[in-house]
Amino acid sequence: MSATVQDARSPAPAPAAAAPPVLAVSDLRTQFFTDAGVVRAVDGVSFTVATGEALGIVGESGSGKSVTAQSLMRLLEEPARIVSGSIRFQGRDLLAMSAAELRKLRGAGMAMVFQDPMTALNPVLRIARQLVETMMAHGNVSEAEATRRGVKLLGRMGITTPERAINGYPHQFSGGMRQRVALAMGMSNEPALLIADEPTTALDVTIQAQILELLHELNKDFGTAIVLISHDLGVIAGLCSRVLVMYAGEVVEEGPVEAVLSDPKHPYSWALMNAVPRLDREPVAGKTLTAIEGSPPDPLSVSVGCRFAPRCPFRIERCAEHPELLDIAPGRESRCWVTQAGAALDVRATPPRSAFPVAAAAEAAPFQGAKGEKPPSPSALLEVRGLVKRFPLPKRGFFEPQLYVHAVDGVDLSVTRGETVGLVGESGCGKSTLARLILRIHRPDAGSILFDGQEIATASAHEIRPLRRHLQMVFQDPYASLNSRMTVAQMLEEPLRFHGLATTTAETRERVAELLETVRLDPKSGARFPHEFSGGQRQRISIARALAVRPSFIVADEPISALDVNIQAQILNLMLRLQDELGLTYLFIAHDLAVVRHISDRVVVLYLGKVAEVAPANDLFTAPLHPYTRYLISAVPIPDASIERRRERLRLSGEPPSAIAPPSGCRFRTRCPLAQRICSETPPPLAEHRPGHFAACHFAGTL
Amino acid sequence: MPRYIVSRLVATALMALLATLVIFLIANMVPGDPVLAQLGDVAASNKAFVAEWRAKWGLDLPLWERYLIFLKGLLHGDLGVSIASQRPVLEDIGQYAPATIELATVGFLLSLLLGVPLGMLAAIKRDSWVDHVARAVSLVGVSSPTFWLAFIMLALFYGGLQIAPGPGRLDPIAFSPPTVTGLFLVDSLLAGDLESFRDAAAHLVLPSIVLAAATLGLITRTTRASMLDNLHQDYVRVARAKGLREGRIVNGHVLPNALIPIVTLGGLAYANLLTGAVMTETVFSWPGLGRYTFRSAEALDFPAIMGITLVVALTYLLINLVIDLSYALLDPRVAR
Repeated sequence: MSATVQDARSPAPAPAAAAPPVLAVSDLRTQFFTDAGVVRAVDGVSFTVATGEALGIVGESGSGKSVTAQSLMRLLEEPARIVSGSIRFQGRDLLAMSAAELRKLRGAGMAMVFQDPMTALNPVLRIARQLVETMMAHGNVSEAEATRRGVKLLGRMGITTPERAINGYPHQFSGGMRQRVALAMGMSNEPALLIADEPTTALDVTIQAQILELLHELNKDFGTAIVLISHDLGVIAGLCSRVLVMYAGEVVEEGPVEAVLSDPKHPYSWALMNAVPRLDREPVAGKTLTAIEGSPPDPLSVSVGCRFAPRCPFRIERCAEHPELLDIAPGRESRCWVTQAGAALDVRATPPRSAFPVAAAAEAAPFQGAKGEKPPSPSALLEVRGLVKRFPLPKRGFFEPQLYVHAVDGVDLSVTRGETVGLVGESGCGKSTLARLILRIHRPDAGSILFDGQEIATASAHEIRPLRRHLQMVFQDPYASLNSRMTVAQMLEEPLRFHGLATTTAETRERVAELLETVRLDPKSGARFPHEFSGGQRQRISIARALAVRPSFIVADEPISALDVNIQAQILNLMLRLQDELGLTYLFIAHDLAVVRHISDRVVVLYLGKVAEVAPANDLFTAPLHPYTRYLISAVPIPDASIERRRERLRLSGEPPSAIAPPSGCRFRTRCPLAQRICSETPPPLAEHRPGHFAACHFAGTL
Repeated sequence: MPRYIVSRLVATALMALLATLVIFLIANMVPGDPVLAQLGDVAASNKAFVAEWRAKWGLDLPLWERYLIFLKGLLHGDLGVSIASQRPVLEDIGQYAPATIELATVGFLLSLLLGVPLGMLAAIKRDSWVDHVARAVSLVGVSSPTFWLAFIMLALFYGGLQIAPGPGRLDPIAFSPPTVTGLFLVDSLLAGDLESFRDAAAHLVLPSIVLAAATLGLITRTTRASMLDNLHQDYVRVARAKGLREGRIVNGHVLPNALIPIVTLGGLAYANLLTGAVMTETVFSWPGLGRYTFRSAEALDFPAIMGITLVVALTYLLINLVIDLSYALLDPRVAR
């Protein structure tokens, strides 16, 4: 059922003197010839991958890491072109190869796994066909032989009943299972090199842990070299021995994972490390994350000097000159004048000009210490009891029984005024449905929702309207949640007018400017349209829109999941500051446990529509009582290679069961190693095991 | 899968029943009293005679009973008698339909066999000359008015160049092949009369091109768009990363996905061709359903109009059924 794995990631194999590396890339330049101009997506990248080595490439979106990955197999299409450099695979020059030679190599010597398993498989073809064609395209194998190998391979990738799975279609499998199928396709000819482009980004954290474990095994058992592209330092820390950090098309730092993560030698790596909250650490007092200012440079016009200089808190005069990637220690290279001169990147020694420059006023205001010390207010702002929501499925036939998705199935929740409650769980656990119920976007089937003492679960649309002013929502996707045909000012004015909060034009205009200033946007930018803003700025606009009506309660549904880590840090800092200044109450939904630990006072863990555990944030993450919570925490990779290697990992096998026919008794029992007879007979009550710490488990705290 | 097929069949049968009901209600609820329309002033004023007359035609029965009688008639192939021709409507339709079916089918195959490959090539060689030709063809096809195109074709190839035969299904002095199916191409082959086959085929060229033009444009355009859409999907890049040949990627991976919207469009286009060829049939003196419809409407021949309406409705239902069933074959996500 589950396995406790303790292992040390194998160190990088000693560079073999004789054998050429699997992959040697030198001065690779890939450019996009767009109508607006030339985008230098990959701009002089060099690296090697030794036989059996696992190399990580990390960077934010637009850094060129994915384009690098696709350049390696020459998979790019117009208008992208590799303009210079060389890529040698086992000594052979890839860029000099004909289309036919290249085809023989792809899928055989080198293979690739992509980010989104939902779109990577052809929806109308059986798994068997998609798996077998890879083998048949590269060797003289019969279809029967290839199918036999395919079944074996699917089994090796952890797919139960592979004989049946191979005859299925992609839509019959979950995301994690599809990624296993994609890995089977990649490994079907036992390639020397596997390129994995964000292979776990679209997956839940427990499934991510399973896939990473599998990649690690492939690396170890087959000796397959791996290039792992990721934005998540934790993912890289667990699997790779060496890491490249990319910024604006260049490698800015390279070195052993352990060294780079513990002691970054480039300010950008430093910023990446400091922007992400750590699951294994208590949040610092004040909770402000180090968010570097600005966003990556305009890809059309790259500056002549150091490309990171405009955002760099350590910049010196010399940074107007473009630095080279140079050795600064054995095995370590950095593209930075400061560290090349031997200086350390230390905030205390060299305080960043401003970690959050525009928020100077807010930073001056003293925080009330760590959030946990806030005196508990006696009154609950939101009190949810026994909330139920079922969605009917389309009936399969006239006489068939009506089936339901039991999205939220008896949830209790209370949120005190001024606190932040984090809501976590895997996709499909009912987080978003719960949020929509509380905002009465959906009507609950049963249960009560008391907001500020008023029952809103059964209120009519008419009765609920005045309350909307107090309950607002910030959505996940800042691209989809703003109307692209309205200016920012129009979007902010609409709720003001609707709720009669501003009557005159002058008053409205003043309030709009004030709102933009509150979220640290230029007050004059109201006349602009959403597409003129970056993702982070759009999320600020979303927050401004929510704040327009002076709400007391904000539900934020994955508000930072679509953003790069630096922008995430900026938005988290903004939300914390706003809470402090405006006394807001947050229900913060996220799948990133580290972020939830950072921002929340209390955390609620949902599993399949039911609450598994509720506890103060620190208590939950240091001493979880419910086995599911323990598994979740254990699955989160930590961006520290030495910890990651020594970590005793609890691996949760399997996937959440269907919410159409949830298991009897305890919902988690089908994946739980503690499960006994009672678990299938009696649903465990949500009981208080320690002050303020509730868990719904018959054997709480025994795992 | 069997469950899906049964559900589609049941749905189609229910829809067909609904269609008969609507057609019956419209015919029986139009203002105007058939008694007054059929009887003279004197007879209409004789109450006993009117009552007898009503009883004779069943007009004294309640509406639902009359509908059941109508349905019973339909099941026995009784669509009533045409006022204009004084023949059973079914017989009339049976006489005119084969000409239309022949023309529409040839036109449809023409647009499909040209349109799909042209659209595919245009998408694969995007922005090349093939693409430009395909886009020009679809633009001209979609935007040329049928009557205009028909006259131009006749004037150019029949009147001017004299390389195409004139209007009609056969040469004016030729005899029709012995009727088996009513489709001249088939019947002539069955009779072993190659000369007649050539004649029928030659007469089909111009009208089928005219009829197919708009459909060809639509199919080319949709195929191109659908192919382009799928060529940029992730699974294509995955297929490339597997080292498959381009030809296999296009035919084995992209086409099965790209065909899905083309099936819908093609089916509906065929139904359109079958039921909406009035203009082409008129210009080419084609003795088909379009002209029969036109003439019946002109003569306010109600039984004929009802009969044709029913045939059109059933044609659409049948073709939609075929579309739904082929979906299940093409897309495993449809029939679960």
